[in-house]
Amino acid sequence: MKLLVRLIHDSKPIIAQVVRDTGVLINVDRARSDAHEGEEALVDVPDESCMLVSERMRSLGAEVSILEEGIRHDEDECVDCGACISVCPKEVFSFDDDWKLQVMTKRCILCGRCIQSCPHAALSLNN
Amino acid sequence: MEKSIDEINRRICDGSARVVTADEMPDIVSELGEEGALREVDVVTTGTFGAMCSSGSFLNFGHAEPPIKMERIWLNDVEAYGGLAAVDTYIGATNKSVTQMESYGGAHVIEDFITGKSIELRAQSSGSDCYPRRSITTEIRLEDLNQAIMVNPRNAYQRYDAAVNTSDDTMFTYMGTLLPHCGNVTFSGAGTLNPICNDPNLRLIGSGIPILLGGAQGMVVGEGTQHSSAGNFGTLMTTADMSDMTSDFLRAAYMYRYGPTLYLGVGVPIPVLDLEVVRKTAVRDEELMVSIKDYGVPSRSRPVLRQVSYKELKSGMIELNGEEVRTSSLSSYRRAKLVASTLKRWIEEGQMTLCLPTRPIDPSKQAKPMRETRKVVLVQEIMLRRVVTIKEDQDITEAAKKLLRGETNHLPVLDEQGRLTGVVTTFDVAKAVARPERKVKVLDVMTRNVITTRVDEPIDIAAQKMEHHRISALPVVDAQNQCIAILHASDLGKLFKSGGNKP
Ligand code: SF4
Ligand code: SF4
Repeated sequence: MKLLVRLIHDSKPIIAQVVRDTGVLINVDRARSDAHEGEEALVDVPDESCMLVSERMRSLGAEVSILEEGIRHDEDECVDCGACISVCPKEVFSFDDDWKLQVMTKRCILCGRCIQSCPHAALSLNN
Repeated sequence: MEKSIDEINRRICDGSARVVTADEMPDIVSELGEEGALREVDVVTTGTFGAMCSSGSFLNFGHAEPPIKMERIWLNDVEAYGGLAAVDTYIGATNKSVTQMESYGGAHVIEDFITGKSIELRAQSSGSDCYPRRSITTEIRLEDLNQAIMVNPRNAYQRYDAAVNTSDDTMFTYMGTLLPHCGNVTFSGAGTLNPICNDPNLRLIGSGIPILLGGAQGMVVGEGTQHSSAGNFGTLMTTADMSDMTSDFLRAAYMYRYGPTLYLGVGVPIPVLDLEVVRKTAVRDEELMVSIKDYGVPSRSRPVLRQVSYKELKSGMIELNGEEVRTSSLSSYRRAKLVASTLKRWIEEGQMTLCLPTRPIDPSKQAKPMRETRKVVLVQEIMLRRVVTIKEDQDITEAAKKLLRGETNHLPVLDEQGRLTGVVTTFDVAKAVARPERKVKVLDVMTRNVITTRVDEPIDIAAQKMEHHRISALPVVDAQNQCIAILHASDLGKLFKSGGNKP
């Protein structure tokens, strides 16, 4: 399960602390730091520990939203062109033997790059 | 051995014609030999499915009561051509909606029509004795029209050069998203399935021959615009009735920051009359070469990085300057196969017979660039030569003073030798003042990645740079990177004032 973690105020390294407190291994997919908006990180946690981790993060002052698994792909709009394939940094997209687009959402870090590259508005974020 | 078109049509009518898709042909020829393939195969079907910007439809709405001669026309707020008689118009695929987001355009109007949606027609007129009405607004569907005839000036490009971007920024083009520093390669076209690639000398593709267009049975009108068969870039003008089209073969699209376009399926059946047809339709992806062009250079003559075959492009990865680079197709090979197999089924079922062109298309034609009689306006004509600059090691307060004098909000920063190394803006100074504890020299707050222009750069390219980077001035540098002038976005307005000779 992916969690989007937002830290508004100057803060301690809460991810390390949450790992220590809960014993759950957290994978940081990406992190961004911005002087105005604070810090934002996209993390991957095992499904069964999702609640535990997000509760602990919230108690440490973070805003946590639970995202569904990766980019959403609308099969009706998709024409299997492949324009998305080369722009994705995580190789989420590929063709199968019949030139049909395959989407490995598990790999997605929700960077959003592919959304604009799709000419058919077939890719979107879940929330 | 040769076959006549009548012989092939007889077989189509009695259901015994052997029809294959163009991607199957190379292996058939390898297996049976050319003579064998000629005996065995009667028709080869081709297909392509991709962005075909130069497309559109003629529509006739029927007369209103009281009647109107429509002079300005909008369909779901996308302007259509008003220069035809009374209630005729032409809606082009790439026109953008005047009110909705720019991602809705003529292509979307066309798709909405064929999927049965209702479209708002708005029109205005200056009125006449015979057509007194001045305006009309109504809702129409495809079935309400007398005619909806798609006529596309330029479809089915024989092949198309691949695109790459050597610049430092992501570019959004009609060739899709191009990542900086050659981060990806994009291409278009179905290679071995492409119609003209299977008849490059245009022996059998010409006016009047039947085709699949957008899922309808249509025909080739003749040579397409910008047809340049001599350089392997032949094109076709095509037509078909919109009422027979389906969204399997027609999809509106939006290329980010470029605009709307229409994805269309086009397929041409080729009768296998003689050995020459067999040889040409046996073409493989590895024999079809295109150039990889650098879209990072904003010129008609974009530098070519290398030649590449459709086989390499379709493999998903190519080598460029010693590095592996991923490729993306913009056209859909899966749908191209669907076009070719649908045509195959039509012919096998006797729904479509073939004919020879009533008029040939010139295979030796070469497209010309535009004749330009007025010279392009260059940066040197409107740049400001008296440029206020600052040195790297000066104090930030000095920069603030210079900026406050109000002549500019961009200070080019120079090193000891007078070379441009950065830019300081009012915003940079403000940021520095907000954190007084650190960052005091110009060097510490300046933006180092400076976007520049040259005296001989066309003004439109400089303007696009400013728009792309959302900045309002560009230092003008010479070959030694000396800052010799500055170009302000506010000065671009000068171009439109002086009246007369400038655009
Ligand atoms: S959001 Fe980013 S990581 Fe996810 S599929 Fe799109 S490009 Fe790939
Ligand atoms: S770019 Fe869009 S339409 Fe093309 S294959 Fe990817 S998701 Fe499908």
